[in-house]
Amino acid sequence: MARATRTDFYDFDSLLTEEEIAIRDAVGDWVDERFLPLVEKAYDDAYFPTEVIPELAEMGLFGATLPEKYGCAGVGPVAYGLTMQELERGDSGLRSFASVQGALCMYPIFEYGSEEQRTKWLPRMAKGEVIGCFGLTEPDFGSDPGGMITRAKKVDGGYVLNGAKMWITNGTVADLAIVWAKLFDEAKGRESIAGFLVEKGTKGYSAPEQKRKHSLRASVTSELVLQDVFVPEGNRLPEGNGLKAPLGCLTQARFGIAFGVVGAAMACFESSVAYSKNRVMFGKPIGGFQLVQAELAKMHTEIIKAQLLALQCGRMKERGVCKPEHVSMAKRNNCEIALEIARRARDIHGANGITSEYPIMRHMNNLESVKTYEGTHNIHTLVLGENITGIAAYRG
Amino acid sequence: MLQVVCIKQVPDTETRVKVAGDGRTLDPTGVTWVMNPFDEFAVEGALQVKEKAGAGEVVVISLGGAGVQTTLRNSLAMGADRAIHLKNDTAAPDSLAVAKALAAAIRELNPQLVWLGKSASDDDAAQVGPMLSELLGLPCVTVAASFALEGTVAKVEREIEGGREQIEVPLPAVITCDKGLNQPRYPSLKGIMAAKKKTIEERAIDLGAAHVELVALELPPARAAGRIVGEGAAAVPELVRALREDAKVI
Ligand SMILES: Cc1cc2nc3c(=O)[nH]c(=O)nc-3n(C[C@H](O)[C@H](O)[C@H](O)COP(=O)(O)OP(=O)(O)OC[C@H]3O[C@@H](n4cnc5c(N)ncnc54)[C@H](O)[C@@H]3O)c2cc1C
Repeated sequence: MARATRTDFYDFDSLLTEEEIAIRDAVGDWVDERFLPLVEKAYDDAYFPTEVIPELAEMGLFGATLPEKYGCAGVGPVAYGLTMQELERGDSGLRSFASVQGALCMYPIFEYGSEEQRTKWLPRMAKGEVIGCFGLTEPDFGSDPGGMITRAKKVDGGYVLNGAKMWITNGTVADLAIVWAKLFDEAKGRESIAGFLVEKGTKGYSAPEQKRKHSLRASVTSELVLQDVFVPEGNRLPEGNGLKAPLGCLTQARFGIAFGVVGAAMACFESSVAYSKNRVMFGKPIGGFQLVQAELAKMHTEIIKAQLLALQCGRMKERGVCKPEHVSMAKRNNCEIALEIARRARDIHGANGITSEYPIMRHMNNLESVKTYEGTHNIHTLVLGENITGIAAYRG
Repeated sequence: MLQVVCIKQVPDTETRVKVAGDGRTLDPTGVTWVMNPFDEFAVEGALQVKEKAGAGEVVVISLGGAGVQTTLRNSLAMGADRAIHLKNDTAAPDSLAVAKALAAAIRELNPQLVWLGKSASDDDAAQVGPMLSELLGLPCVTVAASFALEGTVAKVEREIEGGREQIEVPLPAVITCDKGLNQPRYPSLKGIMAAKKKTIEERAIDLGAAHVELVALELPPARAAGRIVGEGAAAVPELVRALREDAKVI
């Protein structure tokens, strides 16, 4: 099988186990051979190529870190991160699909769900037979989800949900939506956030697609509309209480993003190297000009640093010492450098850089979303600022 | 039912190969080693037979230096049950020597099916499969384009000039695989983790005297740069002239 050139300048592979390398390369081969031929059309026509879902499932890419008894692969965080890197080397939309299914839907069912919910949903989600989405963001509450308007009311045998979610990845194609809503907590005597499993086809629930995006076009983004939606007691996540529950899922997904965006940056870098060696201007390859070399050197250095940051985050996760602020640092830094690398790559490719002949502009546009979702760049800056000073700066 | 798949590790087809200083072998520096692409169809073929039967064992065998274990591990990750590594460092051993070593290891396993690629993408000799079948005294179908097992009879199709040939062969048999026989699977994450626990049995072997001698290895001459003779219809007469008189191809 063809092997794409990997960015292994600092002998990165010597820090990985044989299995981690094998997993990365298997997913990388799949992306090169099966996904890259599909992605430009999907991006142009704005759809997610659903034909890849069974193949992703077969390889074990949904909920890969969860235990084998639920039909998952049970791999460690670094192996998982490397799969995210390879998927995002393909397209951020592909990585988003796997992130949402695994980290944002299967993970909360595993972590906050009952054993009955786990055995009911996880094996089918691992097989890609049930697709999930994660509804936290609302039209008026993004960075500050604690202010959400969506409400759940306790009724006989369950709950009634009312409200609206926005920017929800996979919403329209999802069979199962994890919806976060405020519910009056008897014990605390106040409202608190709770998680609910809303099944497709439930009366009062719909998920219209948000069209005309300029970013993540090969990914479905949707509104979730909830009008007097009845959710049975058995579909509430029993342990998913308080804002920390959805934030716990986000920490999982953000870790994947810290690895993922390195893949997008690698794709832009590799294309830039090839292009600058072939493109001749003023009688020599543009890669022979100092200004272009300075760009390439900077891109390369940032990728190597970002890789090591993500890897160490994963190794700390293995030891159970990785805190949300560690993930914030890696997500913040790696999204920023990946976007910057994509922009520099666009410049190196000149006019060709804006076309779908090259993956550059697609990655660049995608990374604008990735920088914003799962906690914006600013919000992660504030997480780090709070960690340094002990003073939260989110609100007045 | 036990099946054997013979696997060769070869340089990735995207590797730019260089001839080593001895003028007879490849310079291994910078070479990415992969499973011979045709052998991937062989592994997949065996796995499909096993899965359909719901039982059985797939044993993969490779002859080569220490490095071939990566490729064996890869086939274990695809789903093979165990591996045998016939350890020998000879660079580019001749086909008959390889076939004899494989036959010795395979005979004692008494397999119902022996799978190989139709050829290896490095030397393209296409000899080991037929030689092996001869040494084992088994029927051989080469360049299989489709395969179906009905009881103890394999129905195999081969692509021939202008059509397809249908062959029936009783088991045990040797099959060499063409591209397109199936869609080889990617190793799954679970498969890769499980492969860690599967055994690769090492056996140091002696190939004996070579039957043929590889005298020299040469890269094809570098291709000369192209020439643009002009643009549009006006360029046609010059193009035709150049193809006829300079390149002498029409
Ligand atoms: C393609 C896509 C897919 C998405 N998928 C999902 C999904 O599956 N599920 C889901 O729940 N959500 C999803 N989101 C939503 C995403 O998480 C939010 O967009 C994000 O949290 C930011 O919220 P917002 O867009 O409302 O921006 P706002 O919160 O309005 O922020 C706007 C700007 O103000 C800045 N800002 C806000 N507060 C502060 C502050 N205190 N200090 C400094 N700066 C501040 C922000 O950094 C940002 O630059 C998705 C978004 C996109 C674009």
